[in-house]
Parts: sequence; C-alpha cells; structure tokens
Amino acid sequence: MDIRELQGYASFFMTIFLVIMLYGYIIHLYRSEKKGERDYEKYGNIALDDEVTSTPVEDKPASQRDYKEENK
Amino acid sequence: MQSNAALEYDYSLAKKFTFLTILFGILGMLVGTLIAAQMAFPELNYLLGEYGTFSRLRPIHTNTVVFGFTVSGVFATWFYVGQRVLKVSMAESKFLMFIGNLQFWLYFVGALLATISLFFGFSTAKEYAEYEWPFDVVVVLVWVLWGVSMMGLIGIRREKALYISVWYYLACFLGIAMLYLFNNMSIPTYFATEGLGSVWHSVSMYSGTNDALVQWWYGHNAVAFAFTVPIIAMSYYFLPKESGQAIYSYKLSLLSFWGLMFVYLWAGSHHLLWSTVPDWMQTMGSAFSIVLILPSWGSAINMLLTMKGEWNQLTDNPLIKFMVLASTFYMLSTIEGPIQAIKSVNAIAHFTDWIPGHVHDGVLGWVVFMIMAAIFHMAPRMFKRELYSKKMMEQQFWLQTTAVVLYFTSMWIAGITQGMMWRAVDEYGNLMFSFIDTVTVLHPYYTIRAVAGVLYVTGFVMFAYNIYKTMTVGKVLSQEPQFRTPMA
Repeated sequence: MDIRELQGYASFFMTIFLVIMLYGYIIHLYRSEKKGERDYEKYGNIALDDEVTSTPVEDKPASQRDYKEENK
Repeated sequence: MQSNAALEYDYSLAKKFTFLTILFGILGMLVGTLIAAQMAFPELNYLLGEYGTFSRLRPIHTNTVVFGFTVSGVFATWFYVGQRVLKVSMAESKFLMFIGNLQFWLYFVGALLATISLFFGFSTAKEYAEYEWPFDVVVVLVWVLWGVSMMGLIGIRREKALYISVWYYLACFLGIAMLYLFNNMSIPTYFATEGLGSVWHSVSMYSGTNDALVQWWYGHNAVAFAFTVPIIAMSYYFLPKESGQAIYSYKLSLLSFWGLMFVYLWAGSHHLLWSTVPDWMQTMGSAFSIVLILPSWGSAINMLLTMKGEWNQLTDNPLIKFMVLASTFYMLSTIEGPIQAIKSVNAIAHFTDWIPGHVHDGVLGWVVFMIMAAIFHMAPRMFKRELYSKKMMEQQFWLQTTAVVLYFTSMWIAGITQGMMWRAVDEYGNLMFSFIDTVTVLHPYYTIRAVAGVLYVTGFVMFAYNIYKTMTVGKVLSQEPQFRTPMA
C-alpha cells in the first residue's frame, strides 16, 4: 500500500468519523431541547435586544463580570 | 447595571472601516469594469503602457475587491455587530481601542501600498496570492491584531452566549489565518539561487501538482472564509435586526455552521478536475461540493424563512429587498457551484467564462449586496442621521440587479458556447474551430458584460453618494432606531 492509497483510506474514514460527529451533534441539539435542558431558540433574541443596557439572554457568571467592572 | 447608564457603543472603528469599504469598493469595481471592457475592446489595453494592460490590472481588481473591499466590510461590521451582540462597548477598554486603531492604520497603509505594488508589477504571480512577502507579513500582523481585539471583546462580554454571527466571524478569522499562512509560504529568489535573484521577489515553497493543490485549497476556501462565512455572519444579524424578526431556526443556524465548516475545506480540489491530482481526490472534491448544497441552503432558507409572515416589508423597505436578494443570489450561486463541480459538467465548464460568471453572481449579488445593506443599516446608527434618500436606494437596487443579471447570463451563454466549441470535432475527429473562432463568437457577450460592469459601478457610486449625503445632510435622529432603518 503506497502513500496515495493510504491518504485515500485516511480521508474516507475521517469523513465517516466526521459525519457521525455531525449527526451526533444534531441529535444532541434536539434531544437536549426535548428534555428541557436547553432552549436554543431564545438565542435568536440576542440580535433583537442588543442595547448595551439590555439584560443579557444568558448573563456571565458574577465572578467574571466583577473583573470587568473593576477594570473599567 | 447603574454604572452602565451613560455607556454607549463606540462606532469610531466601524465608521473608519466603512469609509475604506467604500473607497476600495469603488477602486476595485472601476478596475474590474475597465478590464471587462478590455476583453471586449482589446485596444483599451494600451491606454497606460505596461501599467494599463489586462495582466497588470486583473490582480489589482481581484485583490482590491477581496482584501480591500470585502475584508474592510468584514472589519466594519465586526466592530459594529461584535459590540452589540456581546453587549459590551469598545469604549470600555482603552487597550482594545488602541489595538483596533493600530489595526486600522496598519491595514489602510498596508493595503494602499500593496495595491500600488501590484500596479508596478511587484507580484509573486500566484493567483489571488500576488502580494510579495513583505505585504504578507503586514497582512499577518493586521490579522493578529484583529484576533486580539476580537478575543479581547469576547473576553469582556456581558452576554454569555455567543450569537451565531460571532461564530461565523471567528471562523472567518481562523480560516483565513490558516489558509493565508500555508499558501503564502515562499522563499525569496535571492536565497533560492545563491545570490542571483532578488530579496523582494519570492517563489512558492511548493511545486508542481502540490503547489496547485495548496493553491486551490487556498483559493476555494478564500471564497469560503472571506466571501461566505463573514457574509452569513452579517445576514444573521442585519436581517433579523432590520425586520424585527428573530432567526427562523437558531438550531438550523448551528447545524448549517458546523456542516459548512466540515464540508467546505474538502471541496477545493474541484478546481483541479481532469488534472494531474490523484483521481480519488478529484472525486472527493466533486462529492463534497455536492454535499455543500445542504449547509449553504440551510443558511439561505433560514434567512428567507426569517421573513415568514413579514413579506410585506419587502415591498416597502428597500433594505430588506437588498438582503432578500442577497440570500437568493447565495442560493443560486451555491447550486451553480456544485453543478460546475460535477466531473462531466466540468469537462465543458473548465477554463470557460461560465466560471467568472459563477463567481460574479455570488460576489455581486450576494457579497456586495449584503455589505451595502449592512452599511445602509449601520449608517443612521453610526452618524445619528436618517438615510438620505429611499428613492435613490430603490433606483440603485434595480440598476445593480439588472447589472448582475446581465453579467451572469452573458457569461453563462459565453461559457457554454466556448466549452462546446472547444470540444466540437468533425467526423474524422479533427477540431472544428480554432481559438480565434470562439473569440469572434464571444465578442457580443463580452460587450454585455462590460455594460453590466458600468451599470453596477454606477449603482455603487450612487450608494457611496447616498451614504455621504446621509453623513452630511441627513435629518438628525433624536434616538437610535430599534429595528427598521429610517430613510427620507
């Protein structure tokens, strides 16, 4: 088996692996929404309500914001 | 949040990059129109001696519209959208403002000098990568500075979740960084020839088929990460914001994102079908190009469905018109590309005018329309003034739409005619036509393309004038509009 053939096989199996990963991600998105763990659609509001004073759709943890407030 | 009461977004960088977008847009499109006219009327090649020939001007056109116009548009919109979706102002960090300004000036001076260098024939002669190594170093520095300000802004954000547009901007940053570095690996001829060559002129580190493969991995993915990914980032922000409608499906936007990332990088070898690259690699390029329809249409359909129930806005808001037409051209372009990547179709399409036809329905219809729409949306917010003229926007829209249609239809006909004539053989297997026969037949289509260029660039000048008048005499706004952009 020469290097070109090896490259061909490597490409084929990597494609299969990535396809499984992508489909796994789709299943993960829908399953976590169905179980009520996460609501992905709410993130669409980030573009609509985007004033600097608007309440974030998901706030950063207080510890991280403290750092920012101190350094203003 | 009391301390944020007086806090405002800082649009100074977005404004500066908007000016550059318009400047490089006019320059790149003017040169493009001139070289289109040269194809129809070859005597136009001799207006400026060696400086006015097609071969000297074509790299100026391509590099100026990619690295001048589009990249400026990406920076302008990032410094606007980035702040808003992360809910943090650039003004909150002196460091980030300094880095952003440094990026702007380095980019502005570097891009101007790079364009002048191409004019004087200072070129690596590698398509879409013509800048010599000193300019490549400047490009890398600018990119690193953008990365610092982007990551810095993400680091101090209030909004924990990264909006889908930010993902796309990040992909643009990482994708271009990787592509640009690897494709531009070169060595000055002085060192390659033991002192005989030049320190300033360099040659690629790759050779033969390897060079072609790296080149088209770069070339095709420059389309992916400069002409597609950041433009999707813009449409995912500006279309919902302008229409007041959230994205139709956020999950679909995530799926399309990862699908696009996964598939795009493998499709570049479709530029080398029927060449000396391994056969399996050509088949892979074809197959991945077909699969690429899925994530591309996933994004485009998501944009169109965002307008569900609100299609009345299409009739009374020209800005929505620009964005919906951009999404439609994105769909057209991303079905046309995969068709051209089918091996049997490619046997006719390769090296013909159908290829620039495809590129331009994507770039003129999708990229430029989306960037102009973004600037139309940002201008009243940045300058605190109403858009100067709705009527002029409408006229510009129809003028440029006509131009795009004329451009791609003439190139479709020209390309397929050309491909068929090159392959036509008589009953003895002899070629029926010589090259000059095709040139004679194609002349009317080249003329139509040149006319399309004139119409398109006229529309772009109208756009520039409208923005200039907005800045200077537009009606002053007492408060920032929330969704629909106010226009006179």
